[in-house]
Amino acid sequence: MNAVSKIKPNARPFYQRYSPAELKEALRKMHLIRRLEEGAEEAYMRGLIHGTMHLSIGQEGSAVGATMALRNSDYITSTHRGHGHCIGKGADPRLMFAEFFGKEEGYCRGRGGSMHIADVSTGNLGANGIVGGGLPIAVGAALAIKKQKRDDVAMCFFGDGASNEGAFHEALNMASIWKLPVVFVCENNKYGMSVSTERSMAVANVADRASAYGMPGVIADGNAIADVEEAISEAVARARRGEGPTLVECKTYRTRGHSRSDRNRYRTKEEIEEWKARDPIPHFEAELMAHGIATEAEVSAIRDSAEAEIAAGIEFARLGTDPNPAEVTRDVYSNEAA
Amino acid sequence: MRELTYAQAIQEALAQAMDADPSVFLMGEDIGVYGGAFQVTGDLVHRYGEDRVMDAPISELGQAGVAVGAALAGCKPVLEFQFSDFATLAMEQIVNQAAKLRFMLGGKVNVPLVMRFPAGSGTGAAAQHSQSLDAWLAHVPGLKVIQPSTPADVKGMLLAAIDDPDPVMVFEHKLLYKMKGEVPEEPYRIAIGKAHVAREGRDVTVVATSIMVHKSLEAAQILAAEDIDVEVIDLRTLRPIDTATIIESVKKTSRLACVYEGVKTLGIGSEISARIAESEAFDYLDAPILRLGGVESPIPYNPELEKAAVPQVPGIVEALRNLVRGRM
Repeated sequence: MNAVSKIKPNARPFYQRYSPAELKEALRKMHLIRRLEEGAEEAYMRGLIHGTMHLSIGQEGSAVGATMALRNSDYITSTHRGHGHCIGKGADPRLMFAEFFGKEEGYCRGRGGSMHIADVSTGNLGANGIVGGGLPIAVGAALAIKKQKRDDVAMCFFGDGASNEGAFHEALNMASIWKLPVVFVCENNKYGMSVSTERSMAVANVADRASAYGMPGVIADGNAIADVEEAISEAVARARRGEGPTLVECKTYRTRGHSRSDRNRYRTKEEIEEWKARDPIPHFEAELMAHGIATEAEVSAIRDSAEAEIAAGIEFARLGTDPNPAEVTRDVYSNEAA
Repeated sequence: MRELTYAQAIQEALAQAMDADPSVFLMGEDIGVYGGAFQVTGDLVHRYGEDRVMDAPISELGQAGVAVGAALAGCKPVLEFQFSDFATLAMEQIVNQAAKLRFMLGGKVNVPLVMRFPAGSGTGAAAQHSQSLDAWLAHVPGLKVIQPSTPADVKGMLLAAIDDPDPVMVFEHKLLYKMKGEVPEEPYRIAIGKAHVAREGRDVTVVATSIMVHKSLEAAQILAAEDIDVEVIDLRTLRPIDTATIIESVKKTSRLACVYEGVKTLGIGSEISARIAESEAFDYLDAPILRLGGVESPIPYNPELEKAAVPQVPGIVEALRNLVRGRM
């Protein structure tokens, strides 16, 4: 049975602008990201996935809230913690798992793995293993958009740590002097690996840095999807109007460690528990139910469908094709003669 | 045929590329009204406008990344570094991004960009504005690296580089910019990856790059008077290397010398020596392989020291004479 909508005229714009179906799809994507990462973690523990991976569990609100405002022809550049951005932009979890498993069916044909995963067909220009690597690339994509007279945008995801890289400052400056359609989305999860923002930055907020480049700097609650989407959609609209870039800082937290080797020596259990209590998924579910957009039964069905989709994805990946070692140098160049 | 300088030949290639394809644009430091530090872009900004001849802030890393992003999104950027030494500021984007994105994304993207690097010593600009870092970049799979030595070659190879779907690094020796030569007026392409036999000879093969091609040709001229017949191969492309042309030549001459301006150790001549040592041409060698490269030092300021830091004609003549006469 469908929920009876109780949305009040004074409810925040996010709940009025999107249809119930779109809002429920947003919740489904958050669950997909969560289950994809939990599933990947399990597969890793069982030895089915090798290498390392960086989980964004706890950050699903910013990934989905930010990408909701985009269309397929918009670009994103992503980070080493990029599974959420990838799904947010429209990737298929089956092909993501195939990539984790190193299979030919994977998005990067098993050549990229978790750290470089991208569905190029949805405008994803790549997850990047270099902190700050995607920042000037997004600016370049936005320059191309402007030259081609399109009204698309380039959304650049990065973390608090990247804002201490030179590439961040060069990229923001260039985007601003040329008024390019870039939306810089900083997911500030408080730590660059083990070093807190208090220890690595002399300003309180990454958004404060926007003023040095003459662009708006906006702070959003990264664990409240509505807050993220509203800040981002304004920045996207500004970019589409040709008024230039915006820096949006989503304050959030990763409840897992930096990567597989993290022993959490730099933060307290209390801090982690405090943030777990602010999990963006139950928060969004509660709001959907309070607004009468989804019933408890619907929410639980969404969770189950995400769970089933991820289980099918793992099964698909397990049965995938292993790359042929004789083709190790394939795709280094466009014509293989080089 | 009319003559152009090397710099004019580059400018003509850039103009013809922009005429033919609206997605081509230029970016760099002071390439607009200033005309470029070496006057390569000259008046292009007045002919093509600031949107296609873009002055950028002094942000080499940022510019390189912008070129990568624009290339991914359908443009063909041609980025001018003011000095090749400044590639060191942009290595992240060149080595980790431009070179690898196609591979990392499973072949689903192209990065069709060109980066131009004014390189080399001889201008009194000292250690941070005189290096030859071509072999650094040639070490990276995913990049193509070219080093044209004549006005005609630089025009044809630059046009080929702009057509290329992969990132191409162009090293231009600063002392060549004023060199004149015949250059056809219409657009044409010279294939990347093909060496050129600049002088045929029977006694020794010299594989040279960039300005060392001209120094080696000069040395060959001198040695001809002594009845030593030098074959000079202009390598032209450092990645991919045209090994076949060198093997054929060495099988004919039975001697090999490599002459290059970059630091000798681990330089391009080291790679060519190894390739010949590994090839069927090894059995044809009558003498050890010789490398003449830059000394193991930064480029000094004093003009006499500066000359001493890289191979010069008298040294090449003497080394080749000894090689052919068996006085190693």
